[in-house]
Amino acid sequence: MTIDAVIASAPSASEAIAESHERKAFGFWLYLMSDAIIFALLFATYVVMSADAEGRQTARSLFSLSHVSGETLLLLCSSLTFGFAALAMHSVKRGAVLWWLLVTFALGLGFLAMEIIEFRGMAQVGAGPDRSGFLSAFFALVGTHGLHVAFGLVWILILASQVIIKGLTPPVTSRLFRLGLFWHFLDIVWVGIFSVVYLPGLL
Amino acid sequence: MSDSTTSPTTDNGHGLRSYLTGFKLALILTAIPFVLVATKDLTSLPASAILVVIAVAAVLQILVHLRYFLHLDLSATPRENMMALVFAAILIFIMVGGSFWIMFDLHRRMSI
Amino acid sequence: MFGKLTIDALPFYSWVAMGGALVTVGGVLAVTFAVTWFGWWRYLWSEWLTSVDHKRIGVMYIVLALVMLLRGFVDAIMMRAQQAIALNSEGYLPPGHFDQIFSSHGTIMIFFMAMPFLTGLINIVVPQQIGARDVAFPFMNSVSLWLTAAGAALVMVSLVIGKFSTAGWSGYPPYSGVQYNPGVGVDYWLWALLISGIGTTLAGINFTVTIFKLRAPGMNLMRMPLFTWTALCSSILMTFAFPALTVVCALLWLDRTFGMHFFTNDSGGNMMNYANLFWIWGHPEVYILILPAFGIFSEVVATFSAKRLFGYTSLVYATASIAVLSFTVWLHHFFTMGASPNVNAFFGIATMIIAVPTGVKVFDWLLTMYRGRITFHPSMMWTLGFIVTFVIGGMTGVLLALPPVNYMVHNTTFLVAHFHNMLIPGALFGYFAGYMYWFPKAFGFTLDERWGARSFWCWLIGFYLAFMPLYILGLMGMPRRLEHYNVALWQPYLIVAALGALLILLGIVCQGVQLVVSIRQRQERLDLTGDPWNGRTLEWLTSSPPPPYNFALLPIVREIDAFEDMKKRGVAYQKPPRYHDIHIPRNTDTGVAVGAFAFLLGFAVVWQIWWLVIAAAVALWAVIIARSFEDDTEYRLPADEVQEIERQHRQAMAGALRRPDVDAPVPSNQPLPEGLA
Repeated sequence: MTIDAVIASAPSASEAIAESHERKAFGFWLYLMSDAIIFALLFATYVVMSADAEGRQTARSLFSLSHVSGETLLLLCSSLTFGFAALAMHSVKRGAVLWWLLVTFALGLGFLAMEIIEFRGMAQVGAGPDRSGFLSAFFALVGTHGLHVAFGLVWILILASQVIIKGLTPPVTSRLFRLGLFWHFLDIVWVGIFSVVYLPGLL
Repeated sequence: MSDSTTSPTTDNGHGLRSYLTGFKLALILTAIPFVLVATKDLTSLPASAILVVIAVAAVLQILVHLRYFLHLDLSATPRENMMALVFAAILIFIMVGGSFWIMFDLHRRMSI
Repeated sequence: MFGKLTIDALPFYSWVAMGGALVTVGGVLAVTFAVTWFGWWRYLWSEWLTSVDHKRIGVMYIVLALVMLLRGFVDAIMMRAQQAIALNSEGYLPPGHFDQIFSSHGTIMIFFMAMPFLTGLINIVVPQQIGARDVAFPFMNSVSLWLTAAGAALVMVSLVIGKFSTAGWSGYPPYSGVQYNPGVGVDYWLWALLISGIGTTLAGINFTVTIFKLRAPGMNLMRMPLFTWTALCSSILMTFAFPALTVVCALLWLDRTFGMHFFTNDSGGNMMNYANLFWIWGHPEVYILILPAFGIFSEVVATFSAKRLFGYTSLVYATASIAVLSFTVWLHHFFTMGASPNVNAFFGIATMIIAVPTGVKVFDWLLTMYRGRITFHPSMMWTLGFIVTFVIGGMTGVLLALPPVNYMVHNTTFLVAHFHNMLIPGALFGYFAGYMYWFPKAFGFTLDERWGARSFWCWLIGFYLAFMPLYILGLMGMPRRLEHYNVALWQPYLIVAALGALLILLGIVCQGVQLVVSIRQRQERLDLTGDPWNGRTLEWLTSSPPPPYNFALLPIVREIDAFEDMKKRGVAYQKPPRYHDIHIPRNTDTGVAVGAFAFLLGFAVVWQIWWLVIAAAVALWAVIIARSFEDDTEYRLPADEVQEIERQHRQAMAGALRRPDVDAPVPSNQPLPEGLA
């Protein structure tokens, strides 16, 4: 009987890097699924709360189709520009990565600014989150998405600085990859938000 | 970039083209429901029909995002990632569907 | 400046509350003093608190669980004492205080006793069972631990500063809303759950990735030990169910703090949606607690029957189907809400269906013992006690699954008896069995079996005395959470229940004595082989305690009981031709810092000290961001050091096996392993 009880060779450095990346990607994917449950329950709560007829009435008068389409367009474009950043990363073009990260950041910031303007406008006409159950649910759902976008913006800045300081090293590209998952995930959630909250609210 | 869920550095199956296709499809699938809602008074379509279009466009657009932006691919994406996604989808169906069933049933019983 | 925090927050409202505060503060001071006196700070800090080694993190989780078990048990015995004497009198606890006690008892036992206990056991055991060197994300593991500890600390602080929630462990609005509960108690409860809940979600993700990605070569899913299987299902449930708890706690906090209307009585709030969301998490939570215990029983019953587990495949499928079904039954916790008959029927039937895979498991365990060579180790006694008692609890569960019966006994002590009947044998007995079974693996010496058996008998008999009367009382119509009562007929049963609690106290004392006795005799109780029970799974291949890297070389798995298979083939102890360098994650204080700032954040939010909230949140993110800039988080253990560690272990093992006078670490019918002879 030979030694067949153990693996005698150590993994090579590149194998170790690939395995570590794959583990982290899967872990982050699980986090996104977990986060998707959070959003799903906020969606459910929103729909349950909009059974309240007065709430539906408020929605119609407060939502603006042009405003929402502006937000949608900004977020969708930012998904595309993040894709360009990922492509630049694959062809190891540091300057292009930074440029597209910056564009993505600007678009995300624009989205966030539009959302804040919308929220402020609603609060000013007395339709803040403490007005009714329907509005509480609206602010919780859309606000949670907005918080995620804000968090994503901070993350973009952090990773941009890592690209500047460290260059496109394996740990940094691995992080950029996960940021990409996060950013695209937020766009998917937004598709849910305009399809469940705004468009039916404006019908 | 079909293997992008496994590797960030080695790639280039379908880089730029994938993102642009995804972007175009997403634009179209966004435009359809937005235009329908914007012109609802002109077309006088029933609200329920528009709601169905909104729902179908949303589901399609989510699939487009998963395919072209997140590069999910039945053959290349690791099985665990796919399983996690399917499991999450089933749970969301159970949790959201169950919540609607329970809460709207209660709503009906409370309003009678 | 200090938000709602004033001097009135100190517990001068009752002598008992002051006593609780004094014991808490005194305990913290005594531990601090002792550690300083013995000069242990440096060792404690650099070897334990900042450790990212899964075995040490597991031990710290279990220490937290045992401390919180004591706290939760004190709550329990105070309630039993109150109810035993409070016939037509006020007893010794004012109502507001009694309410805090039953709320903290439930919260602590579920979130800060059971959860850390099972997370600790999974941490210690699972990486070793799958032949891995650590969990997938060692640093995140440390963060999870310290977030859990931060939540526990918030509950403990509420004893001294302010009050705890009086709304029960499930905190139903509108009573837990700000209108009826304006104090800080509910906020303490919410933030303890929010912070520790995030820690649990991260732990669930960590274990899921570990089990999917780090298994030893050859260990496909259907060769995983059963404890690993149950840990996997439990971790998946943590990942997918805890978000619901996060949502429901966050929404209730928004209601309370910013006057929103999710669950209020007015302005379009919907309080039943709270029950709905809470139990979407709450029912899977039951299985998060129980499934790992099922795994422990499966390991214990196979090892101490010296037989392969009967029906491994059916146990795996039963575990997985319980995990999925657990998401489809949540309405049975609020049948009395008044849903339509078809809704009730669906959830009632789904609930009864869960009993089927559970029944499959019971038969598998029984048939594993059938014709086995059974050793009556205390772990085995916990298992036997569990099987009998759990079946009784399961039957009352099927009764409760019938909506008409449920309406009758809802909110009575029948329900209290039922869920204690599930969770004490179903979860806690399992953790105790695992504690004794894996203790030598964690510390290198075995626990005293006589004191273990005494503790078991006290717990078992105490359990029956404490909870069987509650079934009867429930059928007699006694509501739960009653501070005093005027039905003389109830009192004898409540006195018996109190005696049962005292007997359980004796069981806990026995466990304390067992620990002290075993530590004092540790030189005679050393486990030099790493395999004290003639184990069947890979964790027994490592030394006890294992080196930081667990396995010098990764084992190759060919069978379900991988280690048993290796021993049979005579390759378990073969000397490998050479070793190689091993990379080990370096300890870090970031986890402790995250926990500390999370605690501060929670405390500041509870008292609405907004500047501190911002400061703590900024600090929390700052340490995490700073950590993300570190790429060099591992150190290299050179091959010759590995070789030296392994050589010493082999030497100790060979010495132990040659000495017949040693307390038989390996059963005498085992031949001397090849390669050591």
